Amino acid sequence: MAKETGIVGWKELALGCAVMKPGSASELKTGDWRSMRPVTDYEKCTKCGQCYIFCPDMVYRKIDEGFYEANLYYCKGCGICARECPVNCIEMVEEGK
Amino acid sequence: MSKRVGMEVSIAAAEAVALANVDVIAAYPITPQTHIVEHLSEIVADGHLDAEFVPVESEHSAMSCCVGAAAGGARTFTSTSSQGYALMSEICYIASSLRLPIVMAVANRALSAPISIWNDHADMMMSRDTCWIQTVAENGQEVVDLLFHAFRTGEDRRVLFPVIVNLDGFILTHMIEPIILPDQEEVDRYLKPYEPQMRLDPRNPFTMGPVGMPEVYTEVKKAQDEAFKASYPVILEAWKEFGDQFGRYYKPVEAYKTEDAETILVTMGSISETAMTSIDAMRESGKKVGLVRIRLWRPFPFDDFFDAVKGAKRLVVVDRAMSFSGGCGPVCVEVKSALYDRGHYPYIHNVLGGLGGRDVTVENFAEMADDVVRAHETGAPMGYEIINVRE
Repeated sequence: MAKETGIVGWKELALGCAVMKPGSASELKTGDWRSMRPVTDYEKCTKCGQCYIFCPDMVYRKIDEGFYEANLYYCKGCGICARECPVNCIEMVEEGK
Repeated sequence: MSKRVGMEVSIAAAEAVALANVDVIAAYPITPQTHIVEHLSEIVADGHLDAEFVPVESEHSAMSCCVGAAAGGARTFTSTSSQGYALMSEICYIASSLRLPIVMAVANRALSAPISIWNDHADMMMSRDTCWIQTVAENGQEVVDLLFHAFRTGEDRRVLFPVIVNLDGFILTHMIEPIILPDQEEVDRYLKPYEPQMRLDPRNPFTMGPVGMPEVYTEVKKAQDEAFKASYPVILEAWKEFGDQFGRYYKPVEAYKTEDAETILVTMGSISETAMTSIDAMRESGKKVGLVRIRLWRPFPFDDFFDAVKGAKRLVVVDRAMSFSGGCGPVCVEVKSALYDRGHYPYIHNVLGGLGGRDVTVENFAEMADDVVRAHETGAPMGYEIINVRE
């Protein structure tokens, strides 16, 4: 079973399409919808955490030295972080470029 | 053995649901269903049934409450009609997709506009494709018996689908009929306590009703359709066991005087008794006419229906709901589908009647049987006709 996509045959589904494993939503890969990805310029970043606060998918996590990093497994490329960043350090870059 | 007692069919239905020992009833009153849940609320308030009666603010909430209760493992009942059924229909699809064996009595009533509280089958047909097992009662005793059958069938782990018992509004709901209510011990023998295959439980968490992305939705519907089709033999088995215990045997399709019938009338619900009276009279005058009544509307009993009508040259299919400017009424659609798929092409006339409380009389059935012979002999094109309409 491809857990991140939920691709299974109809005979393998649980009764009523129930999801039997608690917390398994974290395995669902939402990052493959993305057409633009956020790229942070850590030279300009002030570690304010606005990207972390505003991200609707909890993509950002705090890393060493207090910077924030996006987890592209979940990032849908909505661009809210880039819009909200007070120092304009996040740039939305087209995927494939 | 229990005694036959005269009582209103709605009261009998409520008593049957109480005998089925339901855990949760969530309902909103609507004519002509109201007496059913009103009496259930009395039974609960008087302490005769240990159940939660939830007086909700709408039918949408009634079915939502039933879904929650059934997901928690409760034996659950509700009842509605017409506009209320339309309001609740959103959740009806969810109940069946989540495989929750809720039982509902639908007191069939016309849909507005114009506002009509009277009987036809528009509400039954509106929710034709909600994937609920649907039976259609002909009389009060059958309402009671089908309710026990509904719990028994829906909760069977080979089925796990919600079940509707349709009963004609007023014509059945408000009629006083002689009814045998079984005693508690007999019901308990037929209907074991509900043991859900899955129930929401914080100690064993899982998710019911997740999002279905395009990658999985088709598979879910395929699984649902296969499971629904597989319920058919269990429905029959539950009727067989009901008959063995209570002496009243039910079939998905009933045939009346069809052995040598050249013309067969096809009906559903309480007008079938009127049709039988008419057929008795026609038989006395030598006409080869019979009746086939569909008791199981979903899953549709294609093979049993075909076996019941295959000897006839002509059919009159009576529909009690409009399918505006479709080829024919909804029952006739199934009839034609059943016959065409089996390479069998009798002459079929589709009659739309009994809309919004208009009577269909003994004389009407005699006219239908005569008209179809004439139409067949003159080679008139097949189609549908609204009867009893003033020019």
